[in-house]
Amino acid sequence: MDRPAVKVDNVSVMFNLNKEQIDNLKEYFIKLVKRQLHFNEFWALQDISFTIEKGERLGVLGLNGAGKSTLLKVIAGVLKPSKGSVEVNGVIAPLLELGAGFDQNYSGKENIFLYGATMGYSRKYIQERYREIIDFSELHDFIDVPVKNYSSGMRARLGFSIATAVNPEILILDEVLSVGDAKFRIKSEAKITSMFENGVTVLFVSHNTDQVRRLCNKAILLDKGRVIASGTADEVCDIYDEKVNGRKKSN
Amino acid sequence: MKGMLKNLYKYRFLLQEIVRKNVKLQYRNSFLGIFWTFLQPLLTTIVLVLVFGNIFGKDLNALINYPIYLLCGRLIYEFYTQSTKRAMHSITLSASVIKKVYVPKYIYPLANVISTFVTFVISLLVLIAFLAYYLIFTDTMLRLTPYILLVFVPLIILLILCIGIGLILSTLEVFFKDIEYLYDVFCMLLFYLTPIFYNVKSLKLSQPIAMALMANPLYSIVSMFRSCVLYGEMWNWNWFYYSFGFAVFSVAIGTLLFWRKQDKFILHI
Repeated sequence: MDRPAVKVDNVSVMFNLNKEQIDNLKEYFIKLVKRQLHFNEFWALQDISFTIEKGERLGVLGLNGAGKSTLLKVIAGVLKPSKGSVEVNGVIAPLLELGAGFDQNYSGKENIFLYGATMGYSRKYIQERYREIIDFSELHDFIDVPVKNYSSGMRARLGFSIATAVNPEILILDEVLSVGDAKFRIKSEAKITSMFENGVTVLFVSHNTDQVRRLCNKAILLDKGRVIASGTADEVCDIYDEKVNGRKKSN
Repeated sequence: MKGMLKNLYKYRFLLQEIVRKNVKLQYRNSFLGIFWTFLQPLLTTIVLVLVFGNIFGKDLNALINYPIYLLCGRLIYEFYTQSTKRAMHSITLSASVIKKVYVPKYIYPLANVISTFVTFVISLLVLIAFLAYYLIFTDTMLRLTPYILLVFVPLIILLILCIGIGLILSTLEVFFKDIEYLYDVFCMLLFYLTPIFYNVKSLKLSQPIAMALMANPLYSIVSMFRSCVLYGEMWNWNWFYYSFGFAVFSVAIGTLLFWRKQDKFILHI
């Protein structure tokens, strides 16, 4: 039996809203003396458990504030859970905000290598895929321009091209397919779909139930930090649509 | 510990890329570019010679050569303050990456100290130029001895020290943004507590100041450096033991502090 791609085990995440407001020494000492450092706990996630097998595509639905982004951060290894554990088997390419690893003063070309290195890839590995990345992003003439002069669409195209060119085993998408113009959206969805054929595991956060139904085979619904529904993509999308619109979507 | 080394090995390309980026971008948009790496120590040394030459620069028996005496202290002090300040800001400046993608966070202060070290080594060419000039064109008390080959020892200790201090400062800045102002004042104090423009033997120092001086690891490092380069003799081994011990201790404290607090970084940056 193959190990699962992602295993989330009883994960809870707590934020201390009071402690995190402080960012200088004066405030810290004042609050320490006034004994205000302790309360105001906010549980963003409570007792979340689920498993994603290799090749499965899980949609994560929920209203704003349900804990979707927090969950993705915990799985990506960016945030440590207050309780529980996460097991990940495979290289993750997080597309949490395209171009997050970019340095604004660096050119597009230089950022390609930097972004690749952020995911653990050598120059040589990226160099082999360099042509493919430039072609997909359609940025040929602009590749030597500093990224700070790029439009948001250009940055998104570049980030997407790099992340998908490295053939990740687990793809985490945080509402990222709704970026860019219609032409790019069609292209990016087509690229993601072609990656499915290669058995990539996907974690997809979205508010767009049409996309979730199209791209995912399973889904979970989060509400106030808990999983309130899980099942096939269609089942969970139905429940979500009903909650949001008060109507049942007919197939 | 083993897991950490394995992780660092996995992310070695990222370390390379960040060092490369820091060195490339340092002077990219400036007018003179890489020449500043030479020009800055040159100009500041000229200023120090002009200002302090008459007061502290007269005793050539103790100093051998005042401009070179100054340059040795100045270069080391400059590397220390620049690398620790860059490391201090490294986590908060990389917030956008750390919040989205997993990377071993200690890579940032480490990469910043290493990239500053690269430009520091380049700036040593100024020192070599000065040495060459004085040895070839003037009648000087400067002697080139094989001890100059030992110069990498104080430099390695300095590197270790800066990594340790950098780890401590970068952790502190995440939680207390105003630490940078305190550290600025501290560096100013350090400038006067390191014998950059004066010679300890020529001054009558009070007991507390003498002790503060000896407690300053940069004093030991600069003294060792000058022994190799300026005086051409073996250093006082007390300097070696003290500075090496201090450097290792600072890395230990820095690693411990960073390790314990790094999971909370994302909540504050």
